[in-house]
Amino acid sequence: MAMKFSENADRMDARYVAGLARMALSDAEAAQLQGQLDDILAFIGELKQLDVSGVEATDVATEARNAWREDVPEAGLARDVALANAPLARHEQFAVPKVIE
Amino acid sequence: MSDYVPSIGLEVHVQLKTRTKMFCACPAHEEGTPNVAVCPVCLGLPGALPTMNREAIRKTVKVGLMIGSEISLRSTFDRKNYFYPDMPKNFQISQQAAPLCIGGSVEIEVGGQKKTIRVNHIHQEEDAAKITHLENSSEIDYNRASTPLMELVTEPDMSSPDEAIAFLTALKEMLVYAGISDCNLELGHVRCDVNSSVRPAGTDKLGVKCEIKNMNTFKGIHRALEYELERQMETLRAGGKLTQETRRWDDVAGVTLPMRSKEYAHDYRYFPEPDLPPVTLDAATVEAWRAELPELPAAKRARFIRDYGLPEYDAGVLTADPAIAGYFEATAQKSQNFKAVSNWVMGELLRALGEKGETIADAKIAPEALAALIALVDAKTINMPAAKEVFQILFDRGGEPAAIVKEKGLAQVSDTGAIDGFAEQAIAANEKVAAEFRGGKEAALMFLVGQVMKLSRGKANPQLAADALRRKLQG
Ligand SMILES: [Zn+2]
Repeated sequence: MAMKFSENADRMDARYVAGLARMALSDAEAAQLQGQLDDILAFIGELKQLDVSGVEATDVATEARNAWREDVPEAGLARDVALANAPLARHEQFAVPKVIE
Repeated sequence: MSDYVPSIGLEVHVQLKTRTKMFCACPAHEEGTPNVAVCPVCLGLPGALPTMNREAIRKTVKVGLMIGSEISLRSTFDRKNYFYPDMPKNFQISQQAAPLCIGGSVEIEVGGQKKTIRVNHIHQEEDAAKITHLENSSEIDYNRASTPLMELVTEPDMSSPDEAIAFLTALKEMLVYAGISDCNLELGHVRCDVNSSVRPAGTDKLGVKCEIKNMNTFKGIHRALEYELERQMETLRAGGKLTQETRRWDDVAGVTLPMRSKEYAHDYRYFPEPDLPPVTLDAATVEAWRAELPELPAAKRARFIRDYGLPEYDAGVLTADPAIAGYFEATAQKSQNFKAVSNWVMGELLRALGEKGETIADAKIAPEALAALIALVDAKTINMPAAKEVFQILFDRGGEPAAIVKEKGLAQVSDTGAIDGFAEQAIAANEKVAAEFRGGKEAALMFLVGQVMKLSRGKANPQLAADALRRKLQG
């Protein structure tokens, strides 16, 4: 299966990516981010020039394997502590602006 | 449906039966009180690191083993990015590049036709939180966030709504059998995305695919597919064009509707999950997990037919629930009369359990007791109505059938002297019916047998009663 993240990586549209993240960008912000994205991808482009034919491909940088945990429950956060972080809480739940019409 | 051929594929999400969540030690399956099973990991707080639930991995691998998948000895997690408050990290940890189980298949049968449905892969992932939309806000309960899910993706091998339901039924049966999931649809343990397309008959290339998201009842899936396939065919017949899109099923209106792109972003920007190292399994572990697998329903059905000489129908009913199948086998081991055991389990036992809303685990009647009861009937010590009475007592409070027969005085009267007396009384009280029998109306005898049973308070051996009556009427 192909890695989707590497598709069309030569160019990344800042407004499109911001749209996926539900971010509104001013024209100035969009221009600034687009410049930064272009610089990052240009650098990736430079890395692509390197000869890595003798290097085995990997998807992890560490030797670690299997961050296992046995299936034994532990107490997490008390609800009032968890909800204390919420910008808005109602009915013991996290409340957000309505997300469907 | 002859000018177009449907192709249906399913993406089945199943909540695994584990004690804890997929990537943290919070209790899983916490229903009711909201936000009581949460921690920094499943709330997506900055800096929190996921850890893998080994039991969830084991269960998903076992599903792969059951359907003949190739088990990946090395698999990896990826981030599926999307922005919706039910996913507090703004991504779901899933598997995209290297899932846990590759390939496999499930056998189905529809209208006597067997068919193999290929599975593309099964991957491990986490569930989203529960979101409730109110008038002016949406409220979120993160108890469900990060509940272990397996997602099984089929090839588009099903060609009718019936086949899709047969697939889901077969899969569900397997998962319940092996203790992978309770598959309680009301609790949302099983949710499906349903892909469908139609193509002109006689062509090979699949048509334009439409996906119906987030279906959670089998009945709904059947109705949605019936509607959707018809809609696609009607569109093409009218010369229209279909566009690849995501739709949702409106159960009340009975239609599928296109989803707004806002509700569902297609671009998930998958990339490798940097916080989780790869999952590596060794072949010995996988083989040990394979050894834990129970006998699967289809194999059990075949064995019941072969070893106990049961009709296919009986084997199907008895094996539908592994606990019932186990009870049948425990009873059959103590009995000579397998068909009678089957009849009692399918009939009286399932009826009595249903009436009380109990499961076989609650039943007070021991398999030995049921076997002994059947032996008493076969030895003609008690007749069927008496046996049913004894059964009810055994079911309600347990005990030994022979002792109950004695205590209640239910033993059949096989004393011919006593039966002769009842027969004479029955004839004397029903001269008209007796005359009808003598005149050649064979059915009249059954009425008289009934009278003898009544006079004996149900204890007469009906065969002996019939013999006695016949003797007296014809003699
Ligand atoms: Zn947690």
